[in-house]
Amino acid sequence: MASEKVQTLTDTNFDQSVLKSPQTVLVDFWAEWCGPCRRLAPTIDELAHDYDGRVVVGKLNVDENPATQSRYSIMGIPTVLIFKGGEIVEQVVGLADKTTFKKLIDKHV
Amino acid sequence: MALRDVVIIGSGPAGLTAALYAARANLKPIVIEGLEAGGQLMLTTMVENWPGFRDGIMGPNLMEEMRAQAGRFGAEFVTDSVTSVDFRHRPFTTRTAHAEFQSRAVIIATGASARLLGLPSERALIGHGVSTCATCDGFFFRGKPIAVVGGGDSALEEAIFLTKFASHVTLVHRRDTLRASKIMQDKAVSNPKISFAWNSEVDDVLDPAAGTVSGIILRNTVTGERKTLAVEGLFVAIGHTPNTALFKGQIETDPAGYIVTNEGTRTNIPGVFACGDVQDQIYRQAITAAGSGCMAAIDAEHYVDGLPQHVGDVTELSSEV
Repeated sequence: MASEKVQTLTDTNFDQSVLKSPQTVLVDFWAEWCGPCRRLAPTIDELAHDYDGRVVVGKLNVDENPATQSRYSIMGIPTVLIFKGGEIVEQVVGLADKTTFKKLIDKHV
Repeated sequence: MALRDVVIIGSGPAGLTAALYAARANLKPIVIEGLEAGGQLMLTTMVENWPGFRDGIMGPNLMEEMRAQAGRFGAEFVTDSVTSVDFRHRPFTTRTAHAEFQSRAVIIATGASARLLGLPSERALIGHGVSTCATCDGFFFRGKPIAVVGGGDSALEEAIFLTKFASHVTLVHRRDTLRASKIMQDKAVSNPKISFAWNSEVDDVLDPAAGTVSGIILRNTVTGERKTLAVEGLFVAIGHTPNTALFKGQIETDPAGYIVTNEGTRTNIPGVFACGDVQDQIYRQAITAAGSGCMAAIDAEHYVDGLPQHVGDVTELSSEV
């Protein structure tokens, strides 16, 4: 069950919700068929909860949003990108634990 | 903090079978699942060599069943990774970022993780055309030519799986014969979308500056000749490295990093047992991992049964058990 604090990002809302956001934004690129992505999901939910109001946490389904997937050359999932001021400031490919994400986020909050 | 009988580190076939047996022996095991919970089978599709399933079973489903089965008998699960262990003092301590567990016995079932070639260009392009997981990333290579490096069953399984997406798969192997089982070799050789680059090593991956894979440079291991193969993806399936960094300096390992076990699953520290791929560089099968997980639980049960009730006494016993 995904947390309601996690935003659903799409090709349509990506510019507005991520690139133009005044806050730091964490984006989880995922797909239904990706086992490791499902394993990462609870961590993403917890991060959304922990950073509520300070960092935007969103998920982008690569199956449904190919334009954003190809724009960032995402060729492996899960991939997590952290954006600040419309620029990628951190990138994590594959699984990582919550502590790792927290350290990366805290550099940009 | 409650003292436990046994902490199990890892949740692949070895860890979960150990959990099942330990739970049924009333040892109330706690399983710390780790980052790659479920182990290597979570990244496979159809498993055709797990006995009891004549038509095969999907790897992730098999692991889900194993976890539920251990849970049914009372095994507890912690969805976290171990950050450090202390096997020098008793009871043993196992720590995660959020908790600490003390136990009379520990079963190590941390398995092995995919090995990389070790090229800087390879590392730079992980997630952008370089992958160690065909089932995760194959989808992104629809209609594209790709290469798979390796010569074992896993490499061939990945190559065959990837033909569902890729326009062509070149299997790159440093020798002129494969290690893989005959049945997998036959499947690969008869697949019209797979060709072989024999006696070849990957010297470099192009093009880190562009942020995508546009080719690989192959070096012939016999002639030394170098040539570029135009591919848009590179899947690395050259084997695994045991996950033993956590135990460095505390548990005896062989030069390759595998935990040394004696008389079943015993490590050099009485009360610490190891099972599965972390101590096996010969068989490395799900079924052998599960078998050794069962052994570790039985060994741990015997060990715990032989301990006195008071933990304080245990320290002096340690060298004789």
